[in-house]
Amino acid sequence: MIRYSARSLFANALSGHKNWPEQWPDAQPKSAYDVVIVGAGGHGLGAAYYLASKYGITNVAVIEKGWLGGGNTGRNTTIIRSNYLYDESARLYDHAVDLWDGLSQELNYNVMFSKRGVLMLAHNVHDVQSFQRHIHANRLNGVDNKWMTPEECKAFCPPLDISSAKRYPVMGGALQQRAGVARHDSVAWGYARAAAKLGVDIIQNCAVTGVRRGADGAVEGVETEKGFIGAKKIGVSAAGNSSIIMNMAGLDFPLESYPLQALVSEPVKPIFPCVVMSNSVHAYISQSDKGELVIGAGTDQYVSYSQRGALHIVEHTLAAICEIFPIFKRMRMLRSWGGVVDVTPDRSCILGRTPVPGLYVNCGWGTGGFKATPGAADLLAYTIAKDEPHPINAPFTLERFTTGRLIDEAAAAAVAH
Amino acid sequence: MMMIECPICNEKRPELEFRYAGEAHIARPENPSALSDDEWAKYLFIRNNPRGTHFERWVHAHGCAKFFNAVRDTVSDKFVMTYKCGEQRPSPETIAERSS
Repeated sequence: MIRYSARSLFANALSGHKNWPEQWPDAQPKSAYDVVIVGAGGHGLGAAYYLASKYGITNVAVIEKGWLGGGNTGRNTTIIRSNYLYDESARLYDHAVDLWDGLSQELNYNVMFSKRGVLMLAHNVHDVQSFQRHIHANRLNGVDNKWMTPEECKAFCPPLDISSAKRYPVMGGALQQRAGVARHDSVAWGYARAAAKLGVDIIQNCAVTGVRRGADGAVEGVETEKGFIGAKKIGVSAAGNSSIIMNMAGLDFPLESYPLQALVSEPVKPIFPCVVMSNSVHAYISQSDKGELVIGAGTDQYVSYSQRGALHIVEHTLAAICEIFPIFKRMRMLRSWGGVVDVTPDRSCILGRTPVPGLYVNCGWGTGGFKATPGAADLLAYTIAKDEPHPINAPFTLERFTTGRLIDEAAAAAVAH
Repeated sequence: MMMIECPICNEKRPELEFRYAGEAHIARPENPSALSDDEWAKYLFIRNNPRGTHFERWVHAHGCAKFFNAVRDTVSDKFVMTYKCGEQRPSPETIAERSS
């Protein structure tokens, strides 16, 4: 695999860009691996990459039932931020933001991480009070977050309507300047390429149909559409389908899967300089480098694996967008899609060992897994390599549902669920 | 939008009139204080989350305001049937018959 540089770009330009080699090979499964990761999204591919690069475990396969990055990695609104209320969450998400910072250089692949700032709007007195509490909690944890008056919000994001005659007037906002967006597909591709370069096999179109366990209860490998693949350790990073894989290993998980939708508008010239989230009215919006407005909607209310949601959810979100940004009223929406998000009772992830020896899990990221991609991948790799959770993900293990030490971000994640 | 048959009103109405209320047939333990932590966690947090037939509760919030149970396929989102609270969970044969 060649190293991408100005020199390789120039050399390939001379031959009309017709001789670029494939970015990574499409592998077929070997009979056994040291580690098998289930799910080739950003989290799974990243875990394989960190296993190889940090811990020297290169006999690794990443198995994917569809195509690489075709699940929630390719279905989100690419927002990256770490302004979570609780200490455990702040550490977890800030670890990810730290890794986002140097990711393009590390992977030799431009993930287009753009720290354009995430502005969360407050529309009522309760919002103002809870956001200020968030800001103080964040700053105590070393996470940047600052209060903005309505005028400062308007200066930061000119399309915003801050007139007081609104049904939901803007009463201020919380700005995390270090937050932003990245190119979601590039994250999956970059990790895939970097992992493949270190010897990781990436096997697509190969659904896992069973988890084989030995007489001692430990994992022996996975049954797949392409036959049995032996594995000493299995890491499951299967998002909405995590509980299905866990059932195959005989485990019941505190997860429910819901449809979550997003949509983009027709592309327009640059008009929207940041990311704006408004949890009270359910509006999440940014502008991609292609020019489309990227808009996130809420989850549907019922359990579903259909990868599509109801139109009234989208209508609700667009009504909120038009209310806050009247300038977008005549924009036409181009595409919408749905993903399946796995939600835990406390809206925090589950990242750690399981009761089955050799089986590790990274799931329950709900509606906000993309921002955590490098952090989750790094911590899953650590947990698999060392057979114990890293101090950052130690509070996020499965045991918390039995001990009662929940990390209740349901009401605190600074996002409406 | 999904159309949902309310078994109390005996009418098929749009999803907007209803609120989802979680998995059905989860009985509150008779004697909670006698439960171990594991059993309590199972009751509170563990859910089936199946890929396929799901038993679930709905409330006809903007109608009769009554709770009822439903059988729905979580892959196609199609409702197989709805039935009143307190009635037995439909047998796999009944569900197969109604699905076809």
